[in-house]
Amino acid sequence: MTNEPLLRVIRLCKHFPKAAGEVRVLEGIDLDVRAGEIVGILGRSGSGKSTLLRAIAGLVAPSSGRIVFAGREVDGPPAGVSMVFQGFALFPWLTVLENVSLGTRALGAEPESAHRKALAAIDLIGLDGFEGAYPRELSGGMQQRVGFARALVVEPKLLLMDEPFSALDVLTAETLRTDFLDLWNERRLGIEAVILVTHNIEEAVFLCDRVVVLRPNPGRIGAEVRISLPHPRDRLSASFRQVVEEVYALLTEREPAPARAGEPAIARHLRRVSVNAMAGLLETVAAPPYDGAADLPVVAHSLQLELDELLPVAEALQLLGFAEVAHADVMLAAAGREYALADTQRRKQIFAACALRNVALVAHIRDVLRARPNGRAPRVRFETELEDHLTEQYARETLDVAIEWGRYAELYEYDDVARELLLEQPETAPPPTATLAHDE
Amino acid sequence: MSPRRRKVRRDSERGDPIPLALRIGVNRFDVLAAALALGALALVVAAGQQMRAPLATLETAPISLDIGYLPGYALRTTIRMFAALAASLVFTFAIGTLAARNARARSILLPLLDVLQSVPVLGYLSFTVVVFLRLFPGSVLGAEFAAIFAIFTSQVWNMTFSFYQSLRTVPGELRDAARSMRLSAWQRFWHLDVPFAMPGLVWNAMVSMSGGWFFVVASEAIAVGAWTIPLPGIGSYVALAIAKRDLAAIGWALATMIVVIALYDVLVFRPLVAWSDQFRMGAARGAEPPHSLVLSLWRRTAALRTLDAAVRRGLRKATLWRGRAGTVPRPRVRASAGTLVYWSALTALAAGAAAYAWRFLAATDAREWLHVFVLGCITLARVVVLTLVASLVWVPIGVMIGLSPRWTARTQPFVQFLAAIPANLLFPLAVFAIVRFGLDPDIWLSPLIVLGAQWYILFNAIAGASAIPEDLVEIARSLRVRGFLRWRTVLLPGVAPYAITGALTAWGGAWNATIVAEMVHWGDRRLVAHGLGAYIAVQTEAGDFARIALGVAMMAAFVVAFNRLLWRPLYDAVERRFRLA
Repeated sequence: MTNEPLLRVIRLCKHFPKAAGEVRVLEGIDLDVRAGEIVGILGRSGSGKSTLLRAIAGLVAPSSGRIVFAGREVDGPPAGVSMVFQGFALFPWLTVLENVSLGTRALGAEPESAHRKALAAIDLIGLDGFEGAYPRELSGGMQQRVGFARALVVEPKLLLMDEPFSALDVLTAETLRTDFLDLWNERRLGIEAVILVTHNIEEAVFLCDRVVVLRPNPGRIGAEVRISLPHPRDRLSASFRQVVEEVYALLTEREPAPARAGEPAIARHLRRVSVNAMAGLLETVAAPPYDGAADLPVVAHSLQLELDELLPVAEALQLLGFAEVAHADVMLAAAGREYALADTQRRKQIFAACALRNVALVAHIRDVLRARPNGRAPRVRFETELEDHLTEQYARETLDVAIEWGRYAELYEYDDVARELLLEQPETAPPPTATLAHDE
Repeated sequence: MSPRRRKVRRDSERGDPIPLALRIGVNRFDVLAAALALGALALVVAAGQQMRAPLATLETAPISLDIGYLPGYALRTTIRMFAALAASLVFTFAIGTLAARNARARSILLPLLDVLQSVPVLGYLSFTVVVFLRLFPGSVLGAEFAAIFAIFTSQVWNMTFSFYQSLRTVPGELRDAARSMRLSAWQRFWHLDVPFAMPGLVWNAMVSMSGGWFFVVASEAIAVGAWTIPLPGIGSYVALAIAKRDLAAIGWALATMIVVIALYDVLVFRPLVAWSDQFRMGAARGAEPPHSLVLSLWRRTAALRTLDAAVRRGLRKATLWRGRAGTVPRPRVRASAGTLVYWSALTALAAGAAAYAWRFLAATDAREWLHVFVLGCITLARVVVLTLVASLVWVPIGVMIGLSPRWTARTQPFVQFLAAIPANLLFPLAVFAIVRFGLDPDIWLSPLIVLGAQWYILFNAIAGASAIPEDLVEIARSLRVRGFLRWRTVLLPGVAPYAITGALTAWGGAWNATIVAEMVHWGDRRLVAHGLGAYIAVQTEAGDFARIALGVAMMAAFVVAFNRLLWRPLYDAVERRFRLA
């Protein structure tokens, strides 16, 4: 493995221009992938891992930097690279056989040879018998097998996988993973290297020779872990758990506060986290056996949540000043402890105080509404303000979250028909007994 | 019947019930588009005027009221329909793709299409007839093309909008997959874009066809000034029957039309809808996939299957053509150079078009403008009242039907069928009655306006009620919500977006229908109501091109203005408030 890497990513950046400055999705990514490797790209949603994979696939043009595959600059989907998609991306109007053979047919293969190759791929991936079926007749696991067969039929050197197992149920995903790994280890796939994008730590540790941890805002490589456990890997072994723990810690490492020039605090992206989920985690951590401090992997395991589901909640707690999160640990702050023990009304008061103190956008909305004589402001006013710094989708999500939190804290209300935010009107406020209606 | 508004809520099955044109924002492009459309109209008018000089009647075989000729006439009418459909498909593929792929083209095309679809088809028929006649002098071909063009303009817009909308909503992963498999642009068009758009396109084409019968009947028998073009067809047959006061012949024509539409329904409509169902995305399909006996027969017949396979092979070969070899699509970086040139050219063109149109309309004076505006208000009142009345009648009935799946399955094909029967064939019966009993045309001609369009209200109400989740109906029953409260809290909110769509569709159709409904003949008797539609019809008979242009522009302005000022806000509000996510 001393020869030239199969793939080189050099100082890759991807920016999207915005009214004020730009949104930086990827910043200075350097990555080499050599023949014989399965490389995992691990990161939370929003860390740009999918964008990185799409750039390597030639689907997204980088803003700066280069991607070199098999000695040639990537400036469009290159020959020798195939991709497997999270949502399978099968053509619903084509049969399994037609789906698999389309790629070779499109590149000009004769019908007979395309047919032969497709059958071989279908055979290899364990789909024989389903050649004539339409995707909608197949279970998710079978559909993703078609996705694999379709990717392999063009005999790629590099296989890109974008969360290929995350749309499947646990059992099916595990079967597909082991099947794939067996074929890979027996060298029957004919591919030289694999890049796997995932947010599932165990999956990465189970499959990969090397895991690259991406950090968000802007997406950049934070750490790299080499995994040399022999296959087949035993998920319950101490050494496996230790690697998982290590990666967990890397992923949850407390970030230096985003010190970006010209970025006001109100434009901080808020992830969609419901108040109920926060309350649930606070109560869990406050109660025995954790008594205020817990190991996130342990909590996740006991609640049967994935990291991607639990971490945003923990981060929201941290943002609101309810807890501290560091090195895969969550520790309740005073406000968090008090909240966990309080009744509904008191909880709202604590939440309001924390939100006003720690979430700039919530305080900002309240101030703007107070400054207006009628106490009303259109939603679009805040959305536009946020869009100067965030993508449209993030701006909407951030404002939605600020609205939910503000409503719960009874700081302001939102009228979805008029699309206006307004200050809480005391005379229309519901009686205190009727305030438990904040289900997701 | 302006076609987009005829679009029924079928694409709600794709979770996308908003009429496409309603989504377009009002901006500077609207101004440009309006100017361009007006200019183009004026150009056609001018061409028509110049060609007026030698008035000649086409030497064609005279239409005969002999029943034996009817099947032949029906066939010619049907062929015109399909010719127009083919033209619409070509236009849709070209313009829809251009609008979807090119941001610059999109910014002007969308408003332009929106304005064009608001221009009453029957209004400018007179111009196109003259233009096409002159293009093919001494041949019946000119009149044929004019009729086909009229049908084309009545059915093309909603197809184009549907195709455009589909292209814009192709799932990103599928698009990525196709590109990462290195399909060429041509291959992606035929193997991803077109199949994905197929269900919506087929549905809109079929709705267009239904509406098209109305226009084909009207356009065959058009008389512009001294020009009378008797195109052999059902429409001219009916026109002759009216002139000769032959009620029996009208009955025969109606019966023939019903048979033709039934045949078309069984042989074309249903097989196509059933066939296109395979292109629907996602596993969750309607309760029952559409079924067609003819399609099943086709698929099971061995001889046909061989033919089918051969056709498929040919198609596959054509659609797998790689284009310029190795054209792998590159992610494009937006270039801003040339924007200035583009804008200047577009603005100049629009300004020129507007000036040209103005010169033309200036032939009429301000008094005439005011007069036409007042007539427009009268017609507006008529259309509003009738749309409201039709909604009040048909929405409750539609809801009752839609709540019962059995009744829905029974009535829906029937209503679709009713919608396809050209209402203008029924006009003579009403006219006969009005003349017979000496009724006031200003009042009694009005119902004819919604005769054809009312079915869309019923159709949408049925679809809306059957889309109300069973849970909601059951919880209402379990809470003993009954009577008026049930209508107010469950049923009407549940169907509101659908009812609005239906009313909007009927509204557009009604405007178009005013041109043939506000002025009618019975023998040599002429009944004229006061209104903009009658104005256009009268001026068409007189061959006064400047006044026709004025009337048509005024009607388009009314329709566009009300779509923008009333329907879109209304639709948005209803949609946000009552949408069942």
